Amino acid sequence: MYEFVSGPLALISFAIFFVGIITRIVWYIKGLDWQLDRVAYSEKLGAGLKGAARSLFHWLLPLNHTTAKHPFFMGVTYLFHICLVIAPIFLMAHVLLIDESWNISWVTIPDKAADYMTLVIIAAGIFFLIRRLTNPNVKILTTASDYIVLAIALAPFITGYIAYHQWAGYKFWLIIHILCGEIMLIAIPFTKLSHFVLSFCSRIQLGMDFGIKRGGMKGRGITW
Amino acid sequence: MAQEAKNQDLPPLVTRKAVKTKENLDLLLADRGIRYYKEMEVFPVDTAALKKTLDATCKSRILTWLEICANCSLCADSCFFYLANDNDPKQIPSYKIKSTLGELVKRKGNVDTKFMIKCMDTAWGKCTCCNRCGMYCPHGIDMGVMFGYLRGLCFSQGFVPHEMKIGSCMHWLYNAQMDVTVEDYVETCEWMAEENEEYYPGLEIPVDKVGADIMYIVNAREPKHYPQDLAEAAILFHLAGESWTVPSKGWEGTSLAMFAGDWACCKQQVEGVYAAMERLKVKRYVGTECGHQHRATITEGPYWAGRKNGEPPAPGLHYVEWVLEALETGKLKLDPAKKIKEPVTLQDPCNYVRNHGLTDVTSKIMSYIAEDFRPMSPNREHNFCCGGGGGMNGIGRYREQRNIGMKVKRDQILATGAKFVVSPCHNCWDAIRDLEEVYKIGIKWSFLKPVLLEMVIVPDHLKPKEE
Repeated sequence: MYEFVSGPLALISFAIFFVGIITRIVWYIKGLDWQLDRVAYSEKLGAGLKGAARSLFHWLLPLNHTTAKHPFFMGVTYLFHICLVIAPIFLMAHVLLIDESWNISWVTIPDKAADYMTLVIIAAGIFFLIRRLTNPNVKILTTASDYIVLAIALAPFITGYIAYHQWAGYKFWLIIHILCGEIMLIAIPFTKLSHFVLSFCSRIQLGMDFGIKRGGMKGRGITW
Repeated sequence: MAQEAKNQDLPPLVTRKAVKTKENLDLLLADRGIRYYKEMEVFPVDTAALKKTLDATCKSRILTWLEICANCSLCADSCFFYLANDNDPKQIPSYKIKSTLGELVKRKGNVDTKFMIKCMDTAWGKCTCCNRCGMYCPHGIDMGVMFGYLRGLCFSQGFVPHEMKIGSCMHWLYNAQMDVTVEDYVETCEWMAEENEEYYPGLEIPVDKVGADIMYIVNAREPKHYPQDLAEAAILFHLAGESWTVPSKGWEGTSLAMFAGDWACCKQQVEGVYAAMERLKVKRYVGTECGHQHRATITEGPYWAGRKNGEPPAPGLHYVEWVLEALETGKLKLDPAKKIKEPVTLQDPCNYVRNHGLTDVTSKIMSYIAEDFRPMSPNREHNFCCGGGGGMNGIGRYREQRNIGMKVKRDQILATGAKFVVSPCHNCWDAIRDLEEVYKIGIKWSFLKPVLLEMVIVPDHLKPKEE
């Protein structure tokens, strides 16, 4: 079982993940239309890219009005996403596995750090869940898929934490952990988790819109 | 009964096509919305056409926005309707768009009349397309843009507020938002020039002057209801020594068709303005103190007209840009002793601030005209909509919602302590006037032109010769 989930199934998941997100990006770009969107994307590419860079800069860093207005929620969100990306990619055990299989490797973070990051992710996930269940604004918007994607995103970290600490049934939890990771990879292109790449697409698009059409070439430039 | 029988003989008021004849316009005007909305309640949805339109126009940008919305509700307090309605979750921008356009897309256009009326009531009655929410969404989702798109879908199915249907019809018939013909306009210009020539010798409103530096375009309300606004513009251009002109054809910069979502009409309207620029070979054009005029001719217009570079044929300025330029270059000089002494605040319209980056222009003008300028909070691109944008002011069906929405602007004004509001936009001006009528907070309001005229220095050679 372990051989199967960590071998062919892992390969298939990665393939679906990469092909899936590339397809989504290509689909997104191909669907942009200067006249329907009313943005001169290619004619004013320079101004557009400047606007896109400005938008990415202000939102990848907490330099936007939404963070100033909602510092706690946005702080948790930034932390959650940073840990979610860094912990699995730079975890020593993951890098070793990939090195063994495909003979490529990169820097790693100490296990202790990854451990704390995992706890941050789980805590943030619980916070998101509670907020969804209790805040009337979020409640009215929430659909079943919001809970499902939250579960898909959290599962690899919860199971990974259990497996790493070897509390009980190490082999079992390890297999479950790998499966959960694979489910997440496969789910990314097909669910709201596609925001992993599409959020960047959307932000770049809006940055270009403001950069080209909505005054990016006039005035002092605004942070959108 | 007799009335109903009579109604049955009349042509329908609710139609999927835009109204383009005088007879039908007159019927719409006479109806005042009563038969119109009754007809709408049983007007069928052409679901096949709706699906076809969605397939052809709802592409990756909007589909992605609808898909990746995290339902986080961070857009809630960016919306003045949400705030004015005591934080009603049903006023959250993402809720409003997902329960309308989102549903429409999910059901691939397979929706009924009741649903389309809900879409209409949301797209026009709960959103002014001020695009403030788009600036606050972490994913960069612009719900105002989506509501603009939804308005187009609603219009194509005949589900459009009565006054917006009339608005688009006016543009089809008169190339203006009101029934002002080219002759009416030119006559008004001549009349205003004559009327004021006595006080400003040599004052003229040059019509169709080829090769002028500036072509000036207006809002039809000016020739129709406030001709003195035209005169004020002429006097200020005259005093600044500008070479300027007004076009006979293509004089109207506004577009109620844009508020209505009648894209074909938007195209016809703006192409008339662009044709005037090309015909008169002007260096640039200046649009009057109107926010949506600016959006229609500079921001969106080039795309309706199919101009790939996204620019009008001649570079365009909003009136405030021209004023600031004239003040900074000394073309217009103001008497510092006549600066407004009392506290003054400024209502910057969304359409040139948030949607066209003119963040500091009018604030800079305020430093020339006011001793105690008190900006609203938040201001510039974060300012709230006046409450009357996007056509809201003109729609009777949503008057109550509009009046509730204006509470946010009321409180912003009150917080400045100023009793005088300068607003270089017709819609904002109207909303503030109505706000005073509803809430009676004791304020005055004005466009920039009358304020400037109060304090402008008339150069000696332009003064009337004493007899």
